[in-house]
Amino acid sequence: MKKWIDIIAKRVFTVSGFVTSIVIVLIIAFLFAEAIGLFSQPIVEEGYVLALNKQNQVKDLSALEIKEIFDEEITNWNQVGGSDTQISVFRLEDLDKIYTEAELGDEYQFAGDKIVEQVSSDPGMIAFVPESLVEGRTELNYIDDNTIPVGDVLLGAEWFPTATPSPIFGILPLISGTIWVSFFAILFALPFGLAVSIFLAEVANPRVSKILKPIIELLNGIPSVVYGFFGLAVIVPLLQRTFNLPVGESGLAGSIVLAIMALPTIITVAEDAMRNCPRTMREASLALGASKWQTIYKVVVPYSISGITSGVVLGIGRAIGETMAVLMVTGNAAVIPTSILEPLRTIPATIAAELGEAPAGGAHYQSLFLLGVILFFITLFINSCVEVVSARNRLKR
Amino acid sequence: MDKIEAKNVDFYYGDFHALKGINITIPNNQVVAFIGPSGCGKSTFLRLFNRMNDLIPGTRLTGEILIDGQNIYDKSIDIDTLRRNVGMVFQRPNPFPKSIFENVAYGLCVNGIKDKEFIAHRVETALKGAALWNEVKDKLKESAYALSGGQQQRLCIARAMAVEPSVLLMDEPASALDPISTAKIEELICELSEQTTVIIVTHSMQQAARVSNKTAFFYLGEMVEYDDTKKIFTHPAKEATQNYITGRFG
Repeated sequence: MKKWIDIIAKRVFTVSGFVTSIVIVLIIAFLFAEAIGLFSQPIVEEGYVLALNKQNQVKDLSALEIKEIFDEEITNWNQVGGSDTQISVFRLEDLDKIYTEAELGDEYQFAGDKIVEQVSSDPGMIAFVPESLVEGRTELNYIDDNTIPVGDVLLGAEWFPTATPSPIFGILPLISGTIWVSFFAILFALPFGLAVSIFLAEVANPRVSKILKPIIELLNGIPSVVYGFFGLAVIVPLLQRTFNLPVGESGLAGSIVLAIMALPTIITVAEDAMRNCPRTMREASLALGASKWQTIYKVVVPYSISGITSGVVLGIGRAIGETMAVLMVTGNAAVIPTSILEPLRTIPATIAAELGEAPAGGAHYQSLFLLGVILFFITLFINSCVEVVSARNRLKR
Repeated sequence: MDKIEAKNVDFYYGDFHALKGINITIPNNQVVAFIGPSGCGKSTFLRLFNRMNDLIPGTRLTGEILIDGQNIYDKSIDIDTLRRNVGMVFQRPNPFPKSIFENVAYGLCVNGIKDKEFIAHRVETALKGAALWNEVKDKLKESAYALSGGQQQRLCIARAMAVEPSVLLMDEPASALDPISTAKIEELICELSEQTTVIIVTHSMQQAARVSNKTAFFYLGEMVEYDDTKKIFTHPAKEATQNYITGRFG
């Protein structure tokens, strides 16, 4: 009987272990597959082409160049490697302005001819039109149907995922926003967190810490949207007044809210680590004539350094992955921040804000998965750094 | 000359009366052993001499403890100075998570000594004094945790001796060690008594007999008997002592 229970238990644990691991691996694989799909998407919106005059020899345009051409920031073909010709932009809507409904036909059956006519008449024209209308027309030149290059995404400084005719997925502003906010959050949270945990573990009267600790742990349970609300109602106006900013929503507001959110984790984990420092270790230090303060920073803190580090890492983890509160207070401008007082946008906030409006399977949708993968690697990197540090500490012991 | 004198010492953990009316005088440069069954108060008494019990909340002391004629529980006493003068070695080796050198130098550093040459010299003397120098002189920078248990305990003795205390308290210093390490520690204790007064708490009667000049027997918070070690182990005056050392209880 006992033997059977043993065997069954072993099977159950093996199976559940396997299933869980496989599910996790599959989730990661799905993430990666979706993310990599972005790089096989065409630069120009799917189903559309960019048509040029036959005389125009330009073949390659990057997404950024296309955007600037259609924003009329690039106005001459020689800026993108062509001849010295003024650029004129043609969109499908323009067709209705030039031609009457009758000329275009009831079902747009003559639209293709009219487009060819327009583009052929102007050597500097670029037309953004549906592929179906100009299919097989050799009277025109077309911009090459390139896929989105990896470098433009990873090193791109602009994030315009819904721009037409070609969306721009430069993720640098989002990565730098995330790192910027998290860095400042930790900068604020670390000294306060350490101070409070030392106070609770070493200095405070046991009765005081017995009351304080549950209160601090309670802060961990507050939903992040509430923190965001608090930040929006209190911190944002405060910053706006203090620094005389046009808008209070800024990286600084985000990092302050994140620091407040990371504090309970850092405090509780670091305090537990310090409490685990053996009493005899403290006594040995005091018995040598060390003061209480010397004992804390020369013996207790070094002894519990790995616990303190893991508290800090958990705090950073919370800061990097945090979505809601950051979304509410950072202003969400996808630009590379130059100062902490500017609005910025983080990776998780971008995913949360944009996933709802990104059509499933499209380039925008896949780019959000790519952001997820990047976030995954950032956390992986930080965790491995900590592993290395604490492994080195263990060896020292 | 008497190094330490305790007068009518009563000690309480909250309501628990742990030490009852203890009087003792401990001469200079001697080894004094405290023996007795577990929970008899001998460790508590030992920890009074460097005020280690101050760390435990809810304790109370009446009576006087004099070291070099000065009451160490007087308000004017600086605890850090007292503890520098009264070193302590604990039951289990408890080196700091630092290098061997830093462990021994710790007591000097926390007492504000900055002269590197002086510290290096003191560390060497202390390690030699603890018969550890030859084993560790090539790996002073390595972690103290790389040493064996016996070596760690000798390191702790070196650490305590590096600040040159005039009294050394040892709380069962060999109870976690193997016989060979124990023998080394005992040898060391005899040598240490040339420089300092040693008070050792031990469960091993043989150890007390081997290392100490005088022995005190504690039972249920009272000091039953205190005399020359030879006399305690051959002709104890009290029956309780006789029963304990012959192994009839405890």
